[in-house]
Amino acid sequence: MSSAGPPGPGDRLHIEDARAARGSRILSTGRGRREGRRAVFIAVASTVVFFTVLVVVVVNSPGWLEIKRSFFNGELFMENLPGISRAFLLNVKLFVVAEIFILVLALFLAVLRSLPGPVFFPIRILAVGYTDLFRGVPTILVIYILGFGAPALQLRGVPKSPFVWGVVALVLVYSAYVAEVYRAGIESVHPSQAAAARSLGLSRWQTLRLVVIPQAVRRVIPPLLNDFIGLQKDTALVASIGVVEAFRTAQIDSAATFNFTPYLASALLFVVITIPLARFTDALIARDRRRRQVAAAL
Amino acid sequence: MRKLLAGIAIVGLFAAACAEENPVVSTASPSPGATAADCAKGVSSYTSAGTLTIATDNPAYAPWFGGKVSQSGSPWKADPSFGRGDPYSGEGFESAVAYAVAGELGFARGAVAWIPLNFNQSYKPGPKNFDLYIGQVSYSPVRAQAVDFSEGYYDVQQALVAKRGTPITDATTFADLQSYKLGAQIGTTSYSYIVENIQPDQQPSVYDNPNDVIAALNAGQIDGYLVDAPTAYVNVLIGEVPHGEVVGQFPTIGDQEHFGMVFQKGNPLVGCVNQAIATLESDGTLDAIQKKWLKTLTYPFIEQS
Repeated sequence: MSSAGPPGPGDRLHIEDARAARGSRILSTGRGRREGRRAVFIAVASTVVFFTVLVVVVVNSPGWLEIKRSFFNGELFMENLPGISRAFLLNVKLFVVAEIFILVLALFLAVLRSLPGPVFFPIRILAVGYTDLFRGVPTILVIYILGFGAPALQLRGVPKSPFVWGVVALVLVYSAYVAEVYRAGIESVHPSQAAAARSLGLSRWQTLRLVVIPQAVRRVIPPLLNDFIGLQKDTALVASIGVVEAFRTAQIDSAATFNFTPYLASALLFVVITIPLARFTDALIARDRRRRQVAAAL
Repeated sequence: MRKLLAGIAIVGLFAAACAEENPVVSTASPSPGATAADCAKGVSSYTSAGTLTIATDNPAYAPWFGGKVSQSGSPWKADPSFGRGDPYSGEGFESAVAYAVAGELGFARGAVAWIPLNFNQSYKPGPKNFDLYIGQVSYSPVRAQAVDFSEGYYDVQQALVAKRGTPITDATTFADLQSYKLGAQIGTTSYSYIVENIQPDQQPSVYDNPNDVIAALNAGQIDGYLVDAPTAYVNVLIGEVPHGEVVGQFPTIGDQEHFGMVFQKGNPLVGCVNQAIATLESDGTLDAIQKKWLKTLTYPFIEQS
């Protein structure tokens, strides 16, 4: 039950590893120290030149003054940022609540799909159908259909709040994606792990709960965070059913002023949240890789 | 290193090439003509020469646009619940106003081209693919920093639509509305009227288009919505809101709200259109069009206090 079990077939984590390895090479130059210094010099010079040219091209473009007025209006930015930030709290609430349900529901789906034996065929079919359906339908359609459709049924006890239906739609769509991530994790745990657990006398359920899932989840944390970032951005789609969150607030401000600067303010808020999470994901991937290398060396 | 320099040189050339392109809009002002038509003749910045290109939303909603959409190849989608809305028909208030203005500018009916365009596309930066946009756009000084507006062609009053028999229909003052969930379409002054004047306890819901606002009311997600009074009248009349009623209209607070046509900033055509509107106003045409397409509305007022 070591944390660095041998990787199984179809392990998508290798791809993540390879990406991370490439990522860490962004700043390193390789080879000897002399060559290294020269490479650093070229890298700095090329970066400076590239961005200078980029800025010069943009600033000298014929439409720049108008773009500057309608996208980079400092006064409007400061004026609208507080309101958009307050609305952004609603996005935070949306993705935090949704993520909790997603993690649970998706794991449940993944386990259903991994059930062995012919008896469970109908359940596996259901799980496959679910993931196929909700990965296939555009998120905004699911939000629309649930947001306007479900409350219109006027059933007693069915909530009418667009916030609730926005969360439900996001949970349905994202748990389909996340279930696939979990499944990849579960399948990446080598069969010998389960076999060993069974031979120690653990039941099928105990094996799953104590041996397979802990290893599987640990391995898929980076892709899980990746989907979490996607979810954060997609909370803006809930605006379409009337929830006044950050994007919708920016739209309102923009339509009131015929200026696009408020969009920039809301984009900034999303970035401020996702970038630290992305760096955290990178760090996790790097740590995981180091651990495996150590384990392999042993 | 030489390769790098060559690369920079190429990028530099590209930048120079880009910078040489001139903005499309001519800023030459037309010679002051005697009539709007003379004025329009002096304008050289038409989207396509000899044609007045007018943009509006698609679908084009009643009562602003009417007429059966001709089936073959028309880009105009009929207003879903009304089955009508072809700007080419000349039917409906704004279509009629647009053709009257075009006539004053010296454009024959056949020389007017309509293009479908989302409201939020009308004010994006850069050259515009229309000469003017007409579609219930309210004038505001801040908006006028981004585009040019014509003089007003209609003074707007906001109204409240709700389901018949629901408690909100008893409201007669702003205070009565405090506890309700209100809705409006995005980018409308209806929304600003809610947050600036009514100031209800709950954040109003905001939707992308009129259909979504109505869907939200029908689904019970909002208790009522604000919209301009003529639209409110039509929404209820043609049954878009089943069992709906217009609860009342709202008093003007601050400046009188009016609809204006939207132009590219600096488009010299604005002056000619203003001249045309002034003529139509003084000879009573505008009033007649309004009487023909917009019912005189006598809803009770929902008072500020």
